[in-house]
Amino acid sequence: MTHDTTRENARHGPSYGTLTAIWCGLLVLTVVTVGVAGVDLGFWNVVVAMAVATAKAALVVLVFMHLKYENWVFKGFVLMTFAILAIFIGFTFFDTAYR
Amino acid sequence: MNDASAAPGSFWAARGLASWLFTTDHKRIGLLYLWCVLGFFIVGVVLGLLIRLELIAPGPTIMGAQTYNAMFTLHGVIMIFLVVIPSIPASFGNIILPLHLGAEDVAFPRLNMFSWWLYALGAATALAALFTGDGPPDTGWTFYVPFSAVTSTNVSVAVAAVFILGFSSILTGLNFIVTIHRLRAPGLTWTRLSLFAWALYATAWIQLLATPILGITGLLIIAERVLDMGVFDPARGGDPILYQHLFWIYSHPAVYIMVLPAMGVISDIIPVFARKAIFGYKTIAFSSLAIAFAGSLVWAHHMFVSGMSDTAVMVFSLLTFVVAIPSAVKVFNWVSTLYKGSIHMEPPLVFALGFIFLFTMGGITGLVLGAAGTDMHTHDTYFVVGHFHYVIFGGTGMGLFAAMHYWLPKVHGRMYNKRVATWAALILIVGMNGLYFPMYVMGLAGMPRRYYDYLPQYTAMHEASTVGSWVVAAGLALMFANLWRGLRSGPRVGPNPWGAATLEWTLPSPPPAHNFPAEPVVDRGPYDFRGVRADD
Amino acid sequence: MTDTHKDYEGAKLGMWLFLFTEILLFGGLFVLFAVYMARHHEAFHMASRHLDVRMGAANTVVLITSSWLAALAVAALKRGQDARARGLTLGTIALAGVFLVIKYFEWSAKFRHGLYPGSEHLAAGPPGEAVYFAMYYAMTGLHGLHVTVGMGVLGFAWWLMRTGRCTRADFVFLENGALYWHLVDLIWIYLFPLFYLVG
Repeated sequence: MTHDTTRENARHGPSYGTLTAIWCGLLVLTVVTVGVAGVDLGFWNVVVAMAVATAKAALVVLVFMHLKYENWVFKGFVLMTFAILAIFIGFTFFDTAYR
Repeated sequence: MNDASAAPGSFWAARGLASWLFTTDHKRIGLLYLWCVLGFFIVGVVLGLLIRLELIAPGPTIMGAQTYNAMFTLHGVIMIFLVVIPSIPASFGNIILPLHLGAEDVAFPRLNMFSWWLYALGAATALAALFTGDGPPDTGWTFYVPFSAVTSTNVSVAVAAVFILGFSSILTGLNFIVTIHRLRAPGLTWTRLSLFAWALYATAWIQLLATPILGITGLLIIAERVLDMGVFDPARGGDPILYQHLFWIYSHPAVYIMVLPAMGVISDIIPVFARKAIFGYKTIAFSSLAIAFAGSLVWAHHMFVSGMSDTAVMVFSLLTFVVAIPSAVKVFNWVSTLYKGSIHMEPPLVFALGFIFLFTMGGITGLVLGAAGTDMHTHDTYFVVGHFHYVIFGGTGMGLFAAMHYWLPKVHGRMYNKRVATWAALILIVGMNGLYFPMYVMGLAGMPRRYYDYLPQYTAMHEASTVGSWVVAAGLALMFANLWRGLRSGPRVGPNPWGAATLEWTLPSPPPAHNFPAEPVVDRGPYDFRGVRADD
Repeated sequence: MTDTHKDYEGAKLGMWLFLFTEILLFGGLFVLFAVYMARHHEAFHMASRHLDVRMGAANTVVLITSSWLAALAVAALKRGQDARARGLTLGTIALAGVFLVIKYFEWSAKFRHGLYPGSEHLAAGPPGEAVYFAMYYAMTGLHGLHVTVGMGVLGFAWWLMRTGRCTRADFVFLENGALYWHLVDLIWIYLFPLFYLVG
């Protein structure tokens, strides 16, 4: 990306073209996740499905929600929130996985 | 209310009920919270006194068993959700935070008003739970399933009240975070922020990130009761212990919502009355954030005997000891600040010292409960009740009283009788030890909490505790009467009665409606007393 | 209110903080779902067969597209193309409506097959299946509620644009409304594979 479009994005947010490209990416990923679910990979089905969902979520958060163009405070807060949620889920398994 | 409005241009000047109920002035909203909190505090105290009176002798004394169950549930729900959670942050946080930042108001004044209205709505709903349906809830404030899902009492309405109050708390936290990020006066860098503001910042993050978990937990209880969801029903694949996880994921961090702002108050008061910069500013500020974070990792220490896995017991017990470190850092820093200070034994400092003593009594016994081995013995006994009340009444309660004696002269422009205030503080400190120390003793001896009746060997300790509750009541009555009288008709005070260095003391008492006539420019820290002199 | 200056950064920060509370509100349900899925893996697998993947996938496409329209609406308003911004906002709301209609048909089909909390059919099946459907209704129900609220918020944004109170110079309300809508999309991005595909 050239300097001009970067500055343009900072002021106006991403261009129509960028947004449309992300939309296409999200549709492709949706097709991928439905397709992979048809193949029996056992435990790896869960991993792949969550990985694809996280990739989609990243596209939405970074571009649709403009996080990519925000300063480090916003980025840090978002990371912290997801980290806290991961802790809440993960630490619960200290109980349920060993009961 | 008071005649401080005599001062022209003060924020008291506007008159009429609507000028209060629809105000967006942070000082007025803070006072609305303070009056509501104190009103419900008195209700909670009366319930507590009745519970203690019932327990003065074995067997039925003044009420039946079901009434008793409703009483301790109401005492808990009112004290936790209507009093302690909003106590310092919503009242003095609102009044003082914008002043400490040199700001005109909080970031979202109308949202702030909306939070108070949600609080009022939540309070009304909580009261409705008493008088509608099939009797007031009898589950305890923890609303554990499966009992809360099946009891015929009015749990759904009470839980809805908790949901609304939680929403109010979230919006206050959200407002404070944005305020601290966006509205600091020029020159007010993060390391020149008052420690009260730091404590509110850490608290606000807990309010923001933990309270929604309580919200969804409450919604699930209602869904269990109304829609027969079965999310926690073992017969349908659910797990009631997961309810306890969700509940404590919020409610353990919530005790830091309760106590962190009080620690912030103490951190602001001690340097003023020691005439000495706070010892270890950065470690106190950082320890607030550390408590907020570490406090989010330890919730399952409430569940050691719930049937949870042994692995979890060990992990959460270990993590619990980690939280003790930042708390102890604060206590040591306060004591170090006093060391070789020029100590002025004014009422706010007496309350602050009471806080340090009582909080330490509660904090240290917390380690007994955090250690899995000793918790097995003391779990669900009066030891827990004693610990909790030392921390929350002795800690947060004394912190609130300290804040009232420190800041209300600023808010009202008048001074109370300092001798009486000091006596009230001493009576409270003695009374709380009389009320709660016997609980440690009988808890160790095996007296379970929440029981309506008890074996005769516990009678002496219960009697001592009940007598202690009367001393506390006397102390509270003396304190409130003295404040009431002083703030209505005491001698007028100037801008800076204590000789403090934070920005609110540069304003007249009471402060003007729009705070600072010109945006202040800050070139010094909050505890830099060079050139600062008390009035008179 | 006395503030004549509007703090754009502050308003946006406030909205993000609110979104964090929404993430954790759903987070409590994700805690439960994670544990129950780990515990009743087989039953979840069987129960998920009752859901119609085509409907779920269709709804995913609908929601992703609506999210795209919302992002375009913000971009249009920032460039001063007011009419286009209003049209795109209406498009977002319309697709939200489509999502709810599809959801309605899904739910009513489940009810007809006796798959609802407390039903005899579920009481006869394995416990994991019952808790799967309890979670299904709790999570998609709460999500559906958010879709409805999002429609209201975006409708209000449309009205503000229409009356000239949300403009190129002061677009934060639409931007915040769109942020809320993207969050609704974000949650569905996880709900779809968890309920329809993983099982």
